[in-house]
Order: sequence, then C-alpha cells, then structure tokens
Amino acid sequence: MVTSLHEIVEQGEAVAFSGYGEVYSFTVVQDPPAGFESHAPYVLGLVKLDEGPIVTAQLTDIEGELAIGDRVEMVTRRLATEGPEGMIVYGYKFRKVLR
Amino acid sequence: MAKTAIIGIGMTPVSEHWGSSLRELAAEAGLAALKDARIQKPDALFVANAYGSTFNNQTQLGALVADYMQFDGIEAYTIEAGDASGGAALRAAHLAVASGEIRTALVIGAEKTTDIVASARVAARNISLDADYEARHGATLPAMAALLMRRYMYEYGLELSAFEGFSLNAHLNGSKNANAMYRNKLRAGAFAKAPMVAEPVSLFDSAPDGDGAAAVVITSAEAAPDMSPNPVYIIGSAATTDSLMLQERPDMLALNAVASSTEKALAQSSLGLDDIHIFELNDTFTILTALSAEAIGLAPRGKGWELASEDGAHIGLQGQRPMSTFGGMKSRGNPAGAAGVYQAAEACLQINGRAEDNQVEGAKTVLIQNLGGLGSTAITHVLSTNNR
Repeated sequence: MVTSLHEIVEQGEAVAFSGYGEVYSFTVVQDPPAGFESHAPYVLGLVKLDEGPIVTAQLTDIEGELAIGDRVEMVTRRLATEGPEGMIVYGYKFRKVLR
Repeated sequence: MAKTAIIGIGMTPVSEHWGSSLRELAAEAGLAALKDARIQKPDALFVANAYGSTFNNQTQLGALVADYMQFDGIEAYTIEAGDASGGAALRAAHLAVASGEIRTALVIGAEKTTDIVASARVAARNISLDADYEARHGATLPAMAALLMRRYMYEYGLELSAFEGFSLNAHLNGSKNANAMYRNKLRAGAFAKAPMVAEPVSLFDSAPDGDGAAAVVITSAEAAPDMSPNPVYIIGSAATTDSLMLQERPDMLALNAVASSTEKALAQSSLGLDDIHIFELNDTFTILTALSAEAIGLAPRGKGWELASEDGAHIGLQGQRPMSTFGGMKSRGNPAGAAGVYQAAEACLQINGRAEDNQVEGAKTVLIQNLGGLGSTAITHVLSTNNR
C-alpha cells in the first residue's frame, strides 16, 4: 500500500492503478482559469485511489447528488482547450462507477 | 537579544489602483517607509512580489524599483514564495541585516492584481499551484481551499455558519481602516447565503485580490535605538515548507508548516502563546484561519472554528486572541505577494500605539504569519517593542 505519489517515485517502479477510488472531497468551480471557460461550472475533487494515493481531478458525468465517500472510476476526457492555435489537452477525470 | 529591528513603515491603500503602475505603487510605499525611518537610501532592496510575471509581464523588480527610486546601483531583487512572498522578503532582509553584510535594508511588498480580469486573472494566479497535477486539471486556489474546507466540515460535522465569525470580525475591523479595500460591515447571517466561488467557499469567505504596496525599513537592533524613537524588534523569524500539493500530505487538515514555523519563531523569542497580544494569521480563506489556529495550538484539532464564535469575544480587538486587526486579507484586501509586508507594517502600528480606531490596548508583542498556497510555505515573525 502506498499513500502518495512521492512514495511511488521513491520506489522507482511503475505502479498500475485499478482506476477506482472514492471521493475524498469535492467542489464546484464557478470562476475557471483561462482554457476552462467552456467547461464551467465543473466539479473538482480529491479522489482517494484504492491503492492509497490521493489525486486532484475533475469529476465528470455527475447526475444527482455527489457525496464524500462515493465510489468513482477513472475515464479519459478533454481537460482544456488552449485556443485555435493551441493544444487540446486530454487527461484523467473520474465519474461515479457504472455498476 | 534580537539582531534586527524595523525603524520605518509605509503603506498604500489596498484598492484597484488603475492610475498607478507596479513601480509607482512600490515607490510610494517605499518612500513613505524611508521617510518614516528618516533615511535617504537603503543598502539593499528586497521586493516581495508573487505574480509580476503573469499579472504585469515584469520580472527583475529589484532593478526596476531600485532604478525608479534612484537608489544608484544598490543590491536589489525579488523574493517570491507565492502569497508568502511578503513574509519571505521580510525574513530575507532580516537575515541579510543579522549577518552584518547589509546595514539597512528596505523591504517593499508590491502587487498589482487588477489589470487583468476574469479567467485570465485566475490563470495568472494559478502559477502558484502545482502546474502538472493541480492547475492542469482545472484547479484554482479557492477551489483547493474549498476541498480542504468541505473535508473539514465533513470530518467534524460542521455547517457553513461555523466560519462566519472570522469574516464578521475582519470586516468590523476593516471598516475602521482607511487602507482597507472593502470597508463594509458584514451582516450576521449573510455569510452562508453569499454567492459561491467554489462551494463551500463563498464570496464572503475568500479574500479579494487587490493592488497595493507596503514597505518596512530594517536595520540592526544595535543601531535601531539611535535611528528611531520607537524601533520594533524582530525577536522571532522562521520559515517552513510543506508539500506544494494538498494530495501529497498524509494528513491535509494538519498544517504542518504552520505548526513548525510558529514553534521555531516562538522558541527564538522565548515566548509562549499567552505572551502574544495579537495573532495576524493568514486569513485568505476562513478554513485557513481555523486550521492555522489549530496548528499553532490556539485550539484543539477540529475546534479552530470555535475561535470565531461568540461575536468576537475571542478574536475581536478586545478579545484574548485578537486577529485581523486591520481587516486582514478579507477586508483590507489581499495584495498577494505584498500581504506579508502589510502584516508587518500593521503590527508596527499596533506595537507603537499608532493603530487609532484599530488599536489593541497594550499590544506589545505581535505574531504575524504569511502562507503561500494552502500552507505550502509558512513564514512566521514575532515582533515586539522589547529587545529581549
């Protein structure tokens, strides 16, 4: 069991995550930074992965109530767009488990 | 015995200074401090600034401001530690003077936050977060504070109203401070109904960004009494870092850097918490005040919010633990990298009995604490009229 990204780096080995975890905390961002305007308001959370570490990520596809302790799974989504000349940035978000 | 002392202060109001540039604001506060200290020119200049690179497209503020103030080639540079830049510059100047290398240093905290607005300003401020693991995912500073606050409320079963007293106190004190950005008093009960910035953090919970500059002149404790009738001695000075990211802290509701820097600064000054007359904590978000109070030892874990209760009985100007005595970041306004220098200048006014309507009676020893991020950097100073 690892508790943080630091520990994984110290171990020096790649660790495969299951992609599952639970909501440790969450908020709704009303004032987004540049590049995130089209997504706002969006839900940002801290997700405690089943393997131990906590990651900061958006929570997506939320329908209904969200609560601390809800089970979530990782999905790949668009994070930000940097204008017509810039990159479209993809990365991980989490959604409530579909089970 | 203290090694250094503050012998002059200067401040501009915190506001939207659309008529002044960053260098003009810096010079206004710097000149006021030099005049207060009755000196013409310092031997070194430390500029506290966090966001000049993104707010103003300007770095090398040391040379910029030294040249504009006609300091004729003196040693000068920017000290940056996010929103703790002010405390960091104060400490850098303290160390420089204590080492004997520099005789008299000028610290100017200057920040101009309002020239850009909306999402551009949020992005410009986001440079103090972790770029890869936080900002890249759409995090903002208020959002990170919100994540911390919701977890705290969940663990201790609290309602939003528990935090209201911190903002009521800040605005009550700020209403009497001519330098404050928002001098309105908050109505009791309004806090929990305010528009959300990042729930549960609302507009009445988070400090407003403002433009401003504050300055202090630091010289050796030995020389100070000959230069000033009322020197304020720096009897404790300490800086500690924690993980930049909340996610990397084993217990994120414990602000370990706050605890450590407080402990070190108090040990240097040979004082205990009950010897401190004012606690100027980093009140950019009420959750930070509550958690700082717990880390410092003013309240047990999960009880920091109780200091805000009972209508200012604890933290008001007449309370046992006065806080935000000039309005704090919440009402005076948060000039980001300059905020820590405002804290120092305001503490000097208190200690020298020059705080007028904001005066805490008998305030001789003040603890000021400046945080970068959510306690990633914690810088604590103890200032006193006594050279112990």
